[in-house]
Order: sequence, then structure tokens, then C-alpha cells
Amino acid sequence: MIRIDVSKCMHCGACVGTCPVNAMFLNDAALEVYDNCIDCGLCVKVCPVAALTMIKK
Amino acid sequence: MEEFDVVVVGAGPAGSITAKYAAMGGATVLMLEKRQEVGSPVRCGEGIARKWIDEVGIRLDKRWIAHEVKGAKLVSPDGTEFRIDEEHAGSEVGTIIERDIFDKALAEDAVKAGAELRLKSAVRSLTFEESGKVNGVKVESLEGTYEVKAGAVVGVDGFESQIGRWGGINTSIKPNDITSAIQYRMVDIEPDPDYAEFFLGTTWAPGGYVWIFPKSETSANVGVGILLSNVNEPGDARKYLNKFIENRPYLKKGKVIEIVSGGVPVSAPLDETVKDGLLLVGDAARQTNPLTRGGIANGCIAGKIAGETLSEAVKEGDFSSSFLMRYENGWRERLEEELYRDWMAKEKLIGLNDDTLNKMISVLSESDIDELSVYRILEEIRKRYPELVREIEDLL
Ligand SMILES: Cc1cc2nc3c(=O)[nH]c(=O)nc-3n(C[C@H](O)[C@H](O)[C@H](O)COP(=O)(O)OP(=O)(O)OC[C@H]3O[C@@H](n4cnc5c(N)ncnc54)[C@H](O)[C@@H]3O)c2cc1C
Repeated sequence: MIRIDVSKCMHCGACVGTCPVNAMFLNDAALEVYDNCIDCGLCVKVCPVAALTMIKK
Repeated sequence: MEEFDVVVVGAGPAGSITAKYAAMGGATVLMLEKRQEVGSPVRCGEGIARKWIDEVGIRLDKRWIAHEVKGAKLVSPDGTEFRIDEEHAGSEVGTIIERDIFDKALAEDAVKAGAELRLKSAVRSLTFEESGKVNGVKVESLEGTYEVKAGAVVGVDGFESQIGRWGGINTSIKPNDITSAIQYRMVDIEPDPDYAEFFLGTTWAPGGYVWIFPKSETSANVGVGILLSNVNEPGDARKYLNKFIENRPYLKKGKVIEIVSGGVPVSAPLDETVKDGLLLVGDAARQTNPLTRGGIANGCIAGKIAGETLSEAVKEGDFSSSFLMRYENGWRERLEEELYRDWMAKEKLIGLNDDTLNKMISVLSESDIDELSVYRILEEIRKRYPELVREIEDLL
């Protein structure tokens, strides 16, 4: 599961464009992560400001 | 239900140019932008070349020109500099712009040509005919949720693009084709006002580069892009940028007045960019130059071709993928060779160690090369170090 630190998120969409399974959407000022996330962690790595973390379910 | 010939999703530069040319050709055009303000926040280094501006019908306007440079400077890991002047054709950066004002000026052009722009309007899904042709979008906006019908939908929704994926076009790209980027707009510094600077090397930017684009005599955009495949720890991009600044007293004393982050596609061209009733343009179509990471020019060039194709499609009443292939063929003819060659060069470059980069830049700095083209640079390097170029010889 991906956790978003909203105080760090820059709403830049780097994670959304990187997600290989379409599990994210940036609705202007809010980042959404959906259930079809496969926990690949690419969004966590691409985030230039480390706003995302993967947490074990 | 409302109906338009063309619905353009995203009012970045590529979207506005697409909308403008479609509207100029007589199409009814609706441009939907999820942000509340076109062009803001800025997600860009703001460096552009001048040479393509006329081609897409943009008028130079001092409102969005921040600063002009004479050329570009490549700096090797050991600090050797190679300068190239922009007046020599082929150079990639000549003008540093105010991207927020630039984007607004382009949107204004589109609106003046007859397109309608709606802000705070996020497209959440596509609608389809039974045949599978895209025939509209679902929008969330200040007006609530509604549907709009369209002859064709254009996904100009940037790196984060979902439109293509929703429409069945595979726009996923691999970690070594994605750049994680961050930039500070710094003031109270003295950048070299005459050059856009690019710093190479694994110490500063593995698989990418650090840029300093002067915005005035005392301010600059200082940023870094590193390949996702080179990221070890989350937030590496910011750590690399901080380290670069920390090591340079002339930057360290500066102050940051804006932070910009983003992803940049640096892949080879996509296999397809059209479907029945659907086109992709700009970063959404991964048309960004994979070597320079510049995407404004290519997005606008492709946008013009898309807009012109769409106005023809309206006249013919044909939005099938076979008709829209005119756009795909058009942008490939204009951009694909360069995109592919520069992607190959990027692939080569990311495998080079600092030692090799030092050698390459020292060859260039001693050469009389006067053109910042990949072709000329490789040719020059081949003269001294043929083994460095051997694997990509076919590019030449
Ligand atoms: C840090 C950084 C530095 C860069 N530096 C340079 C540079 O110096 N020179 C250069 O040429 N390029 C640079 N680029 C690349 C350049 O910014 C992009 O190539 C360019 O913005 C692409 O234009 P576009 O119109 O395709 O997309 P964008 O400018 O990204 O516009 C897409 C628009 O679509 C909107 N949108 C997205 N999804 C939806 C939706 N579902 N509904 C409604 N609207 C939506 C977005 O809000 C956005 O406004 C840089 C990029 C980054 C991240």
C-alpha cells in the first residue's frame, strides 16, 4: 500500500506517469491511489521529494 | 448533451497549439484543464531554442522572455568546459522563458482562434461508441460532473497522462526511460549570464545532468534530472541537487524562491499515438527529446500537425484511426528520426563512466565544432576515441 505524505507532495504527477498499472490519478491538488496498486514501488522511487512510502498491509 | 468536434484534454503548450490550429481550421473545440490557472505551478526548466518558434506560429513576446543566452556550456565531471554558441544552428537552448506567462499566452491564442477553455475541469474517463471509437469524456468541475461528446478527444495531459491508457494506447515506459527531476529557482546568485550550463557526471546526476539556466544577471533555474533506474533512495533527486549547490559557494549563498518537481519521459517514440476518435500529443505521447529533456518544442510542433489533421477530419467527417494517421505520419516524419537517434545517444550516455565523459568533453573543447548536434558531437569524438562511438556507429 502506498502512503502519501500530503505535506511533502508537490502535485507534480511524476508518480502518476510512472505507475505501470494506472493505479494513480492527480486531481489537481489531491493525489489518489487505487486498489489495483501492485506495490511495485516505482512511484516511491520516482518521487523527487520522497513524499511516498510503501507500507505493509 | 453538449457536443464539440474536438475535446482537448490539458492546456499546456502542446494542448493550446493543438486547440488553436483545430479551431483555426473551423473545428468547434473545447479545451479542458484540471488546474485553476493555466501554466501554474511551473514544471519546467524554461529553456527553449528559438529556431522552431516560427514553425508553429508563436509570436515572440517580451512578456514571456526572461533572459537570452549566447549559447550552451557542457561541463565534464573534472570541470572541463565545452562552449557552443546558439547562433550556430542546432543549439538547443537560447531563450529562458517565463513558462507560466508563455503557457497563458498560448492559451490566449487558442481562445482567440475560437476554442473554449474551461478551468478546474478534470477529465476522469473516456466514453466509447459500441464500435470502440472514443466519442467523449466525463468531466469533474465546478459545475459538477458532466459528459461532453466529441468527434475526437486529444490527450495532451502531460507526463502523467491517463487519456492514452484509458483509450487503449500503451504509454507505460521503463524506469530507464523516466527522469525524476527537481529544480530550484534561485536568487541572489551570479550565474554566467551568457550560457545555459549543463553539468554531467555520476557525482552530480547519474544518467542525467544538472542545469543552470540564468533568468537574469542575479537569478537562475538550477535543477537536476536523474534516471529512475539510477535512484537508490526515495528523494535522491533532491539530495543530488542539494549536494551540487552545497559544493558551489556561488550558489550556496543564494536563496530559493520556487521549487519545481516533475517527471520527464526520455523514451524512444511510442508505437502508436492514435485510435478511433483519439490522439495523443506532447509529453502524453512521449515526444519529449530524450537527450536534452526539452519537450516544449516537440509538443508544439506535433500539436500543430494534430490541430491541422483534426480540422481536416472535421471537414471530412472522419475521425477514424485511419484518417487520424495523417497526424501520426506527420509527426513521425518531422520528429521521429531525431527522437530515435537522441534516445540511442541517451542510452549510450547513461552507460558512460566519469572518465569517459571527461575524455569526451575534452575532445569537444579542443575541437572547432560549432554545432550542438548529436551527429556532429559523435563524429568529433569518433576521430579521437573510435571505440567510444563504435556501438552506435549506425547513428552516424
Ligand atoms: C523539472 C523539469 C524541467 C524541464 N525543463 C524543460 C526545459 O528547460 N525545456 C523544455 O523544453 N522542456 C522542459 N521540460 C519538459 C516540459 O516541461 C514538458 O515537455 C512540457 O510541459 C510538455 O508540454 P505538454 O503540453 O505536453 O504537457 P504539460 O505542459 O504537462 O501540460 C499538461 C496539462 O494537462 C493537464 N491535465 C493532465 N491531466 C488532466 C486531466 N485528466 N484533465 C484535465 N487536464 C489534465 C495538466 O494539468 C497540465 O496543465 C521540463 C520538465 C520538468 C519536469
